[in-house]
Amino acid sequence: MTRRPLGALLMAFAALYAGASALAAPPLGQADDLDAVMSLLATRQHGRVEFVEQQFLAILNHPLESSGELRYDAPDHLEKRTLLPKPETLVLLRGGLTQERGGRTRVIDLHRYPEILPFIESIRATLAGDRAALERVFHVDFAGSLQRWSLTLVPLDRELLHTVKQVEIDGSKDQLLRVEIRQADGDRSLMTLRTPAAP
Amino acid sequence: MNRQRMRVLAPWLGCLAIASFVVARAHYITDLSAFLPAKPTPTQQLLVEQLRDGPTSRLILIAFEQGDAASRARLSVSTAARLRRDLEFSSVNDGEPTTQEADREFLFQHRYLLSDRVSAQRFSEAGLHAAIADTIEDLASPAGLLLKSLLPDDPTGEMLHIIDQLQRTAAPTTNDGVWVSPDGERTLMVAQTAAGGSDTDAQERALSAVRAAFAAAVQESSSVAAQAVRLKMSGPGVFAVAARAKIERAAVRLSIISSLLVVTLLFSVYRSFPALALGLLPVASGALIGVAAVALGFGVVHGITLGFGITLIGESVDYSIYFFVASRSRPDDAAAAPWQRTWWPTIRLGMLTSVCGFASLLPSGFPGLAQLGLYSISGLIAAAAVTRYVLPALLPKGFAIHDVSPLGRRIVGMLGPVREMRQPILAALAAALAALALSVLILHRDTLWNHELSALSPISPQEQEFDAKLRRDLGAADVRDLVIVTAATQDAALELAERAARALDPLVAARTIGGFDNPANYLPSAATQAARRGSLPDAQQLADRVQAATKDLAIHSERLQPFVQDVDAARQAPLLTPQNLQGTSLRAGYEALVLGQANRWHALLPLHSVESQPIDTARVIAALQAAQLGEAQVLDLKLESDSLYANYLHEAIRLSLAGMVAIIVLLLIALRSAIRVVRVLAPLLLAVLMVAVGLVICQVQLTILHLVGMLLIVAVGSNYALFFDRQATLHEAGSEASTLASLAIANASTVIGFGLLSFSQVPVLVALGTTVAPGAFLALLLAAALSRA
Repeated sequence: MTRRPLGALLMAFAALYAGASALAAPPLGQADDLDAVMSLLATRQHGRVEFVEQQFLAILNHPLESSGELRYDAPDHLEKRTLLPKPETLVLLRGGLTQERGGRTRVIDLHRYPEILPFIESIRATLAGDRAALERVFHVDFAGSLQRWSLTLVPLDRELLHTVKQVEIDGSKDQLLRVEIRQADGDRSLMTLRTPAAP
Repeated sequence: MNRQRMRVLAPWLGCLAIASFVVARAHYITDLSAFLPAKPTPTQQLLVEQLRDGPTSRLILIAFEQGDAASRARLSVSTAARLRRDLEFSSVNDGEPTTQEADREFLFQHRYLLSDRVSAQRFSEAGLHAAIADTIEDLASPAGLLLKSLLPDDPTGEMLHIIDQLQRTAAPTTNDGVWVSPDGERTLMVAQTAAGGSDTDAQERALSAVRAAFAAAVQESSSVAAQAVRLKMSGPGVFAVAARAKIERAAVRLSIISSLLVVTLLFSVYRSFPALALGLLPVASGALIGVAAVALGFGVVHGITLGFGITLIGESVDYSIYFFVASRSRPDDAAAAPWQRTWWPTIRLGMLTSVCGFASLLPSGFPGLAQLGLYSISGLIAAAAVTRYVLPALLPKGFAIHDVSPLGRRIVGMLGPVREMRQPILAALAAALAALALSVLILHRDTLWNHELSALSPISPQEQEFDAKLRRDLGAADVRDLVIVTAATQDAALELAERAARALDPLVAARTIGGFDNPANYLPSAATQAARRGSLPDAQQLADRVQAATKDLAIHSERLQPFVQDVDAARQAPLLTPQNLQGTSLRAGYEALVLGQANRWHALLPLHSVESQPIDTARVIAALQAAQLGEAQVLDLKLESDSLYANYLHEAIRLSLAGMVAIIVLLLIALRSAIRVVRVLAPLLLAVLMVAVGLVICQVQLTILHLVGMLLIVAVGSNYALFFDRQATLHEAGSEASTLASLAIANASTVIGFGLLSFSQVPVLVALGTTVAPGAFLALLLAAALSRA
């Protein structure tokens, strides 16, 4: 077996974490730079968003589409509930990933693949609003304003580059709108997020 | 005179030489088997194999505590890497993926023989369409993306299915890449030793290897936090090694202390070194001959026999005391003859009484007890014979020990008030005491005996609790119930296992059981493999079907060319045999579940409980019977081992009662008077009853070792009672003082020896000590009080 699927998994998790960022709304700051965005993200405690994810895989003739919702509770509990095309629940807790699908529960160990570890840790740092930790692993490019920002993350580690080329996260204030992960093999995934309409 | 001496000494020395030879060449074993049945039923046989060498007996549970989580994880990885290179271990698992590379290779290559979903239907056009569509949908999930690179080779997703098949139970929690307890406080590892659990030496080596690997890992790590991490181990091997060390320590320490005390006591009485040396000859000869007899009779000698045997024949120290004290009273040369006439018959009768008692151990199905029985019988006979024939021959001219009659006179004085009481009043008092004791015992009859084997375990409750905690953390690794199917060949056993698994599957769905392991998941039976292989279409057929099946799917059939090739290769590959598992960790898993001897093979399907709740085995049995698998056995390991022990206990109680009857018959023949027999036995039975009541009042539940202790009270106490009986027939007021003195000294040495056992940490020794020490004292006291002045 090759390590290639890991890249995909990795990206999926980046999306998972990033998705979690698009959650509830603490009071706004005035700054319009990376630090301001980070501190905004850091204050978030929990929330819920809907997602639509498209996966463009070279092996398939057309993209795979899935949708569902993300729930987040600070500091390290993240749940991805996919409703379509097949119901599935993924729970990330303390580095362990539990998948529930078709009546079966599987535990998938992220630490089995060392190349994922720094990546997950740095996303965790983003959620925590820890810019320094983020920059230890990625080259971080910030563009735009607090109203409309875009974060481009490129792994510093060459090994890591063999799986993930780049992660792009677009957002507005403390809301994440779009997460795109590009894999080294050309496959990519695109997740768009929106806060569900108030009941 | 010299010639006469030689006629006695030569056979004795000859016997000792032969015994030494036998003892030196004997085979000694220290494992659990002393507590396991000698002639087991097939179920017991399996149980014994499981307890001795089964997979669960070979597990070492390892925990790393304290320090910080990251250091624990690093040390775990580094320790595991060292242990994997060690041939003492057949597998080492700490949650890392390293061992799994070869396993995955094997599973992937043989996926079409191993997956239970492979069928003609699944490889039809419709079946392929459904399977491939399903796998593509799985890709949409992040977890399913693991399969992306496998899609061209395995579009039906058999690989993931096989892995699921093997992992029926949830794995432990993982953090930092290694197993941790749910609270994250400790890192966990499970090592399986190559040697069986009954090989205590190998278990000890394995434990040292773990400690050494951990120490090396700590040393290698430069971090300060690593120094704080502590290694802890548990499991059957750990317990066996600890138990052996504990018993050895206790046996060595206690026998040294009690020898010193008894020797000091004897010396203060004899005030003569030759007397001291001669006095120990009977017991030493008895011990040597006892071990030799066991070696000849059983082929092997259990550690327990060596450890306790000497205590059981401690009575033989008394023989020389009686001899010396009696011969002191007439120190001239001609005195030996009266001793032999006056007291030897009494000692002989006392010895025979003890032999009758110990003979009741001989037929026990518990090899440890049977050996103790043979040891005591041969040891006591030898010691008595040495006292009777060898000691007089070795006695130097003019030999005399210090006069002990003043001590005896003081005791006579103390007995005065009791002796002045009238006989009927004494008898009534004794009867009342006995009735009171009996009623207490009858009140407690339901809780009197402890029926659990663990009552004999030298493992402390804290250690047992830690073990249980580790097992819970590791996720129900503690298997209590097993389904066992048996057949003439390995393959037939696997076929039965497959049928049993089909019967058990509905129970998993109904949550009667949490899951089960099945050796056929590692290696399906030949018939099943052949059926799966036979259901695979040929390359051309498959290519056509794949093309048709993928018409409306998101994947082009050309991309699935590797799949067509792999299936074609699988169609032509030979079936798997156990040899194919070589080099994978799956082999350990398989071999743990398939036990074979000649033309009798067992396949084990360990059942996992639902959230550690006891399994309703009746429903398991019903499900197996409904599937026409009546011959399948459901083995509850704890229940079986407890019932095994309970059987021993009942057997031992029955045999002890038979021994009692034999003693009564013996005494009736020797004393020729029922009233004398009653008088001899009354103090002994009263002593036994009072000790039993004492234990009950102290909330001690009686075990098989307490029973042995009671037998010892009768064995030792019968000497006292018989001496008083003999004294009464002598009508020599003067000699009573020295008789009483010798009994008091003998009793003191017994109470010292057994009293010390009560202070050990080993339950079997404590049981023996707390029964015999007070019992022997009471026996003497009661025998003296009830005797006629």
